[in-house]
Amino acid sequence: MSASRTIPSAEARAGGILRYTFGERLIHWIAAFSYVYDLVTGLSFWSPYLFLGAAAAGGGPTARFWHPWLGVLFAATMVWMYAMWCGDMATSDADRAWWRARRHYIRNEDEKLPAIGRFNYGQKLFFRVMLWGIVLLLLSGVGLWLTDSIPWSLRWLRYLAILVHVIAALATMAGFIIHVYMGTAMVRGSFTSIVSGEVTPAWARMHHRLWYEQVTRPPSTRK
Amino acid sequence: MSQATLRIQKISGHPGPVPGAGTQRDLQVCKLVDVTTCIGCKACEVACLEWNGLPYATTSFDNTYQTMPETTWNFWNLIKFSEHQQENGTLMWLMRKDQCMHCAEPGCLMACPADGAIVQYDNGIVDFQQANCIGCGYCIAGCPFNIPKFNSHTKKVFKCTLCADRVAEGLEPACIKACPTGCLHFGTKSDMAGLAEARARQLREHSGFANAGVYDPPGVGGTGVIYVLHDAANPEAYGGLPKDPRIPWVVRLWKGPAKWVGNLALAGGLVAAAVHYMRFGPKRAPEDESRKGERP
Repeated sequence: MSASRTIPSAEARAGGILRYTFGERLIHWIAAFSYVYDLVTGLSFWSPYLFLGAAAAGGGPTARFWHPWLGVLFAATMVWMYAMWCGDMATSDADRAWWRARRHYIRNEDEKLPAIGRFNYGQKLFFRVMLWGIVLLLLSGVGLWLTDSIPWSLRWLRYLAILVHVIAALATMAGFIIHVYMGTAMVRGSFTSIVSGEVTPAWARMHHRLWYEQVTRPPSTRK
Repeated sequence: MSQATLRIQKISGHPGPVPGAGTQRDLQVCKLVDVTTCIGCKACEVACLEWNGLPYATTSFDNTYQTMPETTWNFWNLIKFSEHQQENGTLMWLMRKDQCMHCAEPGCLMACPADGAIVQYDNGIVDFQQANCIGCGYCIAGCPFNIPKFNSHTKKVFKCTLCADRVAEGLEPACIKACPTGCLHFGTKSDMAGLAEARARQLREHSGFANAGVYDPPGVGGTGVIYVLHDAANPEAYGGLPKDPRIPWVVRLWKGPAKWVGNLALAGGLVAAAVHYMRFGPKRAPEDESRKGERP
């Protein structure tokens, strides 16, 4: 499912470049739904001032019932995304050079950045935060889910589960805030790309030039 | 001890202070358990089941005089039995009535995220309100005494109520009513503390128990159930009564500093995104030759 296998002229509509296949977009939105449900209900268990989230998600007991199951669903989408993107998410030398020059990216001085492949290093970091985050959230979440099955002599498992769940959740939330900000307000064209799948050639040249060159090369010259 | 003592003093998961807090003079109630005069008859266990209308709980025989290993969601009052060898080689049967301690600073209440699922009345009784319970089980982690127990069918947590319904009507709890030896007493906290101290002094001065004392652990702000022990230096011998119970440090960290650090970090992230947008604005790709006239 990597981008090099897709032929833009065949799948994308006239003028656009296919950035995300239908399968990629679908799994992204399943992940987004399950994460947001657990974010909203999790924050309501975190602070009474945010309990309206649980009310909106079906009430406290309902939210407590679905929170772990949606967590399992989110973990499953992460497994899928890992299988789908692990090649694209590997760090390259171009990424290292890009990361050193990240202040230009932050200041919108994109012309000073080195050319990079399908994902930039920030996206790769976000992917890793979510990947390791869900590993920790799932492990600690099982301890909180079945907390009454833990015997008194192993009660330290409950304390560990609380600590790990809170820290991992906050880490994913930090990534999530940046992800949503950049995907909607900051990087114009990226939100439509995860809905329709398409980006303009100019967008692809500006943000992911190496990927652009790879996917627009005539099929016969591809490796 | 009237209905007025059931005014709510502390409340779980509630945004803001307790409505009506501090509007009345407090009157703390307390149960005194003198373990030195308990004969292990278990009348209190039966009285608890009877008064609270609890369904039958399976008992298990483990070659001791203990009904089951620990309290359950439908068995709130358990006599813990221990065979204890003293330093001089003699044997003692220790019987300790185990139930909710009704801590002045309840760890269950601190850990609970559900508005009003756990309350502490002005009289000091810590009570679970199952109608508001969401079944998360955080109270189980918050308790230093292993008391809240989960019903996996209803997904609610239960424990001893100190017979708040009886206390509200000016009656003593059912367990106290049933005790045949007078090892259980009920009254105000100050009266019970005085009685306990007097009994401990009697044990030290006249019965040869040099370490006799009162168990009213300060780590949880004192408790609404206090014990007279023959050996107050070794509460663990009495069916694992913790020596210095405290709300687990993870729970205190989580509900204290971690909450503020986490909230500030989240708010900081949102503010930083907004400030970045105002300072640098969106990142736009140059208009595409092939898409002129279309909206991106």
